[in-house]
Amino acid sequence: MTSFLFGRIVSMAISLLVASIIIFAILEILPGDPAQFMLGVNAQPDTLQALRTQLGLDQPVILRYFSWMAGMLHGDFGISYTYRSPVTELVLQRVAVSAPLALYALTLTILVAFPAGIIAAARRNSATDLTVMGATQIGVAVPNFWFAIILMWVFAVTLHWFSAGGFAGWNKGFFEGIKSLTLPAIALALPQASILARVMRSSLLDTLGEDYIRTARAKGLSQNKTLWRHAVRNALIPVLTIVGLQFSFLLAGAIIIENVFYLPGLGRLIFQGITQRDLITVKSVVMLLVFAVIFVNFLVEVAYVLIDPRLRHQR
Amino acid sequence: MSEVSPVISESRTRELLRSALRSRSFVAGAILTAIILLSALTSLVWTPYDFAAQDIPNKLQGFSAEHWFGTDQYGRDVFSMILVGARTSIIVALLAVGLGIGLGVPLGLLAAAVRGTLLDEVVMRGNDLVFAFPALLIAILITAVFGPSAINAMIAIGIFNIPVFARLSRAAALSLWTREFVLAARVAGKGTARISVEHILPNIANTLIVQGTIQFSLGILAEAALAYVGLGAQPPIPSWGKMLADSQTLVSLAPHLAIIPGLAIVLTVLGLNLMGDGLRDIFDPRTRRSRQ
Amino acid sequence: MKFSAILTGSAVALVMALGLSPAYAAGTNLNMAMQLEPPSLDPTTGGAAAAIRSVTYDNIFEGLTKIDGDGAVQPLLAKSWDISGDGLTYTFHLQEGVTFHDGTPFSADDVKFSLDRARAEDSVNAQKQLFANITSVDVVDPNTVTVTLGSPQGDFLYNMGWGDAIIVSPASEADNANNPVGTGPYKFVEWVKGDHVSMEANADYWGATPSIETATIKFISDPTAALASILAGDVDLFGGFPAPETLDVIKADPRFQVIVGSTNGETVLAMNNGKPPLDNVKVRAAIAHALDRQALIDGAQFGYGTPIGSFFSPSDPAYEDLTGISNFDPELSKSLLAEAGVSDLTLSLKLPPAAYARQAGPIIQQELANVGINVEITNVEWADWLQNVFTNRDYDLTIVSHVEPNDYGVFARDDYYFAYHSEAYNAAVAELAVTSDPARQTELKKQIQEILANDFAAGFLFELANVTVANKDLSGIRANAPIPAAVISELSWAE
Repeated sequence: MTSFLFGRIVSMAISLLVASIIIFAILEILPGDPAQFMLGVNAQPDTLQALRTQLGLDQPVILRYFSWMAGMLHGDFGISYTYRSPVTELVLQRVAVSAPLALYALTLTILVAFPAGIIAAARRNSATDLTVMGATQIGVAVPNFWFAIILMWVFAVTLHWFSAGGFAGWNKGFFEGIKSLTLPAIALALPQASILARVMRSSLLDTLGEDYIRTARAKGLSQNKTLWRHAVRNALIPVLTIVGLQFSFLLAGAIIIENVFYLPGLGRLIFQGITQRDLITVKSVVMLLVFAVIFVNFLVEVAYVLIDPRLRHQR
Repeated sequence: MSEVSPVISESRTRELLRSALRSRSFVAGAILTAIILLSALTSLVWTPYDFAAQDIPNKLQGFSAEHWFGTDQYGRDVFSMILVGARTSIIVALLAVGLGIGLGVPLGLLAAAVRGTLLDEVVMRGNDLVFAFPALLIAILITAVFGPSAINAMIAIGIFNIPVFARLSRAAALSLWTREFVLAARVAGKGTARISVEHILPNIANTLIVQGTIQFSLGILAEAALAYVGLGAQPPIPSWGKMLADSQTLVSLAPHLAIIPGLAIVLTVLGLNLMGDGLRDIFDPRTRRSRQ
Repeated sequence: MKFSAILTGSAVALVMALGLSPAYAAGTNLNMAMQLEPPSLDPTTGGAAAAIRSVTYDNIFEGLTKIDGDGAVQPLLAKSWDISGDGLTYTFHLQEGVTFHDGTPFSADDVKFSLDRARAEDSVNAQKQLFANITSVDVVDPNTVTVTLGSPQGDFLYNMGWGDAIIVSPASEADNANNPVGTGPYKFVEWVKGDHVSMEANADYWGATPSIETATIKFISDPTAALASILAGDVDLFGGFPAPETLDVIKADPRFQVIVGSTNGETVLAMNNGKPPLDNVKVRAAIAHALDRQALIDGAQFGYGTPIGSFFSPSDPAYEDLTGISNFDPELSKSLLAEAGVSDLTLSLKLPPAAYARQAGPIIQQELANVGINVEITNVEWADWLQNVFTNRDYDLTIVSHVEPNDYGVFARDDYYFAYHSEAYNAAVAELAVTSDPARQTELKKQIQEILANDFAAGFLFELANVTVANKDLSGIRANAPIPAAVISELSWAE
């Protein structure tokens, strides 16, 4: 186990190192000078120079890379060029919007997808099944930004049930916060729920076809009881894997929806950072996200091995 | 399974065709896809109007005999733009899938052939690494570095297709390496590379085609999303995502401008997905039994 | 009176605690929006972003002078001033009883500190040129300060009214980027980055008490989101509204008012005068004659905007309508190209992300195609534009609105991205800088406009309109935006 763990940690470290070099290199070749972007068209050369010195942009590339890495190893993600506040602080502010939004969307996804998938599987080939499957086909095919615009026109502009966008802030109360995340969460949940319902259905059908289910049926358990007692529980494994993937996707992948509803989320922080050449924010946040995914993968692998030691030598 | 590798024979082709025509979702998907493909091909030789020709006095018109889908805010013919937009979407998505298959499949086959070695580990860890990056944000970064264009959108989407095909082909190939016909080929003295190409590849082709259809439809959606944020094809080349972005403030003045490109995207993706589902059932009768 | 104030106060507290939007507070609360979020809240160190000024100027921070809605200089922290006979020494008499929001009293020392800080060698003030002519700042007594200039400067008082020349306190200057402390009518409350800045009336304000007591400024750049925020009633006032194509819809709605004023934004099709064949005046003339300004204004700005024929704001008294020099004449355009011996011309057109540029681009592409010039459009980000177009001059054509007031001087700068050079023009600009006789000033300003128009130094398109969309009950809205500012203290709700 120790040697396995050691090997995995080394490989994770190498992956992170490679990722950091890739991110740093892409941002190095990104055209545009942060100092010039900030000072605009009337900037005098000496002002530009003064700002570059202040931001540490006049140091050699290698030095900047190492000081960035050294800072990150100490948990210091740097100071945003434009906002002039610590990147950690900015990230925490945005996570307070993005994480609840992702959770909200995921909850809606599960609330819709589980019943839909189970009903469709239970009544295979019935009209209900065909309707559910047809609806999920369309749900997968609708671009979520288009759906978001439709939601906004119907529920905010026409019916005035919700704000058209923006985030009320948690300090205005839980209800207000949740209210401003509702339309974006629905827009995000539609394609995810469609995917999950399909996975749920096919994974249930797979389990229903397995031998022990047939045995259970043969023992005289009714179809519904079989479904609930055995099939659903076993079908949950692939379904939960998908749910895990969806959460990490929703955390940073909601950028277009964040734009449509002008929500101050994590995706927009990076997007804004790219256009404003707030390079330190972009590279630290992207690195943080990459680290999160790689680390979760690592934990999952370790967990699998703990459960089933045979997996140690294969993937 | 006999000594010969189980590649597609003539009778099998006929059998596949027959089951294809029986699959409702395949037929529906194929018809939709054919319509979209035909639109794209038609736009190469004919569009009712020049897709870029502006006619500002006649802007924002509704449906009419002259302009089937009306005109946009520059007075351009929306029908012509939709036809050319189909071309943009399909080319970008198709090339992105091509990039994914072209690089991903060889990598996957290689990893499977040298399974368990350091090289296998490096290839697979590389794949994990690509997956760890937030895809849309990296696509935005790539277009910020190299400038927005259809080609760069294609590359940005294609990069994330590579690990999909690499993983899939490795997993599919791994199970084949233990099969008799591969062992037989080994005994016959064929090299690893030759076995991969002559025996493994033909047998994972079905899986690749099914996945390719799915990635194609995801590519259409990704292209639309990139174009929507202004990172796809550049004006005057129309693209459905860009048309949606340009028209969304005009919903109350000219709702058709926001609806038609959206429907075009939905129908294309729907067609491809249905076709993909159909193909999976056709290629794999076991799932057909359990899923239908 | 006191009792009712307490009652209202507790009602507000109750409503806030319940997390409901206080409908009653419509009389004193304002939700406004603007397109861009400021990167920082300190206009003296945060860079050139206009949004920094829009949020803070005249609300949180104040300068010695201010520019009013008509573009005229008015007293602010300096209640009056004397100018010496040679025009070199300005003596400012300061308002008394002014304190910063943190309670620090304001005095002449703060003025000296702020101006010296802005012109210091290591200063990162984005408009450092405003202070370049100052040779010394001296405190006479706590309420009097003198500023000595190196040479007479007609626009010095105007410059001191820019958002970049605000007065800060040495006690709070270090933290102004995130917690701005000024002398203005509003105190900073909070900044939820990516979403909004909120402020409240400053109870100790030295001037008149404003009508609006609490204000929230939201940042909404997406045109759809902007339109939706107005239609959904989330926003009472949207300055610099980004979706001009929707104004007819908003106008038709009795809940709203649309106010169209002017900016100082000369929108030009900039041509790289230093790059063949654009160094040939005939080619530039051909391009200029191919442009149909009205079609551009209608197509890209939905009718909002004033055609211009040179680089000068139509709201300036010295403005001259020179659009006739570069009238729309595609046939003339073609013959000029033939005379210049240019055929099969392909030019790059780089479009920054501003809506006016992205919308005008395809129209210009089509108009130039009509006279046989092939245009390749590339959309670029601002950072990219600044580096490649502005600094490296790697472009043929680009569309930009130059929003700084009286910025005709940029055509006299050889290092500027237009790459335009004219001895006659430089001489006129140099003379104008030291001329104080109003008649001669006007004469020179007309001369400047004519030289640029006749040299076809750029394709002069239109003066950008300042479009404000607001709730119809809101009054005191500035129609024009001579400098970036969103002055909340001038606003009030109808009873």
